[in-house]
Amino acid sequence: MVSKRKHSINVGESFKKDWQLYVMLIPLFIWLVYFAYKPLYGLIIAFKDYSVFKGIADSKWVGLENFKYLLTGPGSVYFWRAFKNTIVISLYNIIFGFPIPIILAIMFNEMKNKFFRKSVQTIVYLPYFFSDVVIAGIIISILSPNIGVINNILVNLGIINDGIYFLVEPKYFRSIFVLSDIWKESGFNSIIYFAALSGISPILYEAARMDGASKFQQIKNITIPGIMPTIIIMFILRVGKLLNIGYERILLLYTPQTYEKADIISTYIYRLGLKENGMMDVATATGLFNSIIAFILVYVTNRITRKLSDTGLW
Amino acid sequence: MKKHSSNSDKILNIFNHIILIIISICTLYPTIFVLASSFSSGSAVARGAVYLWPVEFTVEAYKVILSDIEFWMSYGNTLFYMLFGTLFSMFISILAAYALSKKRLRFRKLFNFMVAFTIWFDPGIIPKYMNFKELGFENNRIGIIVGFGVLAFNIIILRNYFEGVPKSLEESAYIDGANDFKILYKIYMPLSKASIATVTLFYAISRWNGYFWTMILIKDLDKMPLQVYLRRIIVERDALMLDSGILANAVYSPDTIIFATIIASLVPIIIIYPFIQKYFEKGIMLGGVKE
Repeated sequence: MVSKRKHSINVGESFKKDWQLYVMLIPLFIWLVYFAYKPLYGLIIAFKDYSVFKGIADSKWVGLENFKYLLTGPGSVYFWRAFKNTIVISLYNIIFGFPIPIILAIMFNEMKNKFFRKSVQTIVYLPYFFSDVVIAGIIISILSPNIGVINNILVNLGIINDGIYFLVEPKYFRSIFVLSDIWKESGFNSIIYFAALSGISPILYEAARMDGASKFQQIKNITIPGIMPTIIIMFILRVGKLLNIGYERILLLYTPQTYEKADIISTYIYRLGLKENGMMDVATATGLFNSIIAFILVYVTNRITRKLSDTGLW
Repeated sequence: MKKHSSNSDKILNIFNHIILIIISICTLYPTIFVLASSFSSGSAVARGAVYLWPVEFTVEAYKVILSDIEFWMSYGNTLFYMLFGTLFSMFISILAAYALSKKRLRFRKLFNFMVAFTIWFDPGIIPKYMNFKELGFENNRIGIIVGFGVLAFNIIILRNYFEGVPKSLEESAYIDGANDFKILYKIYMPLSKASIATVTLFYAISRWNGYFWTMILIKDLDKMPLQVYLRRIIVERDALMLDSGILANAVYSPDTIIFATIIASLVPIIIIYPFIQKYFEKGIMLGGVKE
């Protein structure tokens, strides 16, 4: 890489000499202060009995009451339901969604016909750029019991007699959601693995071919080990987002009938704090609970993978 | 032995092609169905006759939405949010990424951490909402543009790319008396077209696609973006034109109007996408995950 020049000057001199760099950072820091760090102050209402009229500062401190209410209060069954749904949907997402981009990238890599490969890539990246509203619209339409193409096919093939209300029955919700996630993200997520694959030295493959290794053996012994560091980093990132499911799409797709399987922590927070009863303090406590667990998850996975493989995010 | 393995390689290769074709079809089909349905008559859609191409071709549904003033208003609003929002985002991001890419920047680690922290720790919906209210940005166009200005991930992509720009170029410019602003503008930006295009695309797309926060923060109808309008039509099915005995004439129906609105909202993306694809692929590959 580029040779590094040693700069052995102190802070004051650095400010003087490189003041332009610090000026360049000013817009970012103003933004961070107002929109990323200032909201953190709002988190204290998780520990207060928040009243809109009194404001954040003057509302009464209640310690961990909101958390207690959340975890054991009369509404706690809804919280635990959302908690369970969050974990389950997220695990589905990891188990089914995580390997697919890797497999896709390997398939692209094996594809020697460049035009064909590019065409397929162009197609599979596309849904990533669709909005959640559009995706929800497409899902609602193709699954509709009357006009939906899925039901039409099933009825015409004689598999069912009447259209199924896919989005009304709770048991289908998770599969629908996870499938839509795979549809939207898989292609696009394959880019990063594909990039890692192109970094593997062709000499390795050549040597393997000389030794008579089949394509399959080459994939197993060169390709996969070659992208392992990338896989691990992506995995840590993914686990860190375990509690952070695309709630915006769930909000569009779920209905009170499907809450049982579809309501996740974020959508629960939304209803609790902004929609139904305006319990902002409890909703904030829920969000904080969520963020802390997510943070711990990233930290722990990072530690474990570092131990196991020497690769980590920090 | 060798013969055998090359045979199995061939099978693997054919298998690979077939699977990828199937995947492409599955990816594309839902959109094709929506497209075909949007040009079909309401009655054809209602009896489930549409699969691949329009049945009883008609553009009535498009006529209905294109004559709806709210549709155009929301389209205009989205363009406004996207244009100015993306400009704002890029202004902050490029400047910051340049500074953060410089090893000679003091407290660089701390600054980078402060950016990355916003990815790892989300204050949550309610504190963010309250923050907007306190800053007076509820129901405010400027609030939408400014408040969602920075995505840390995008800054990291740019920063990683800038780090890879050869130092010698910068040093010779220094000797010629150029300052950092000039170096950024004259050297870094032209050299980083791919990642700048990528990040611009990401910002623009997130502006174009976002609905949640505008839905929550914007109250006035005349400031609503397209996605909120779409949401009302698709999820709540409550646009004015969707009732009143439409089914009787059956040229268009609430469903075909939904299909047409979806397609109309996708037009800009479909148009821009092919031009920008090679850039974002390159941009991500160079700047994405870096150890």
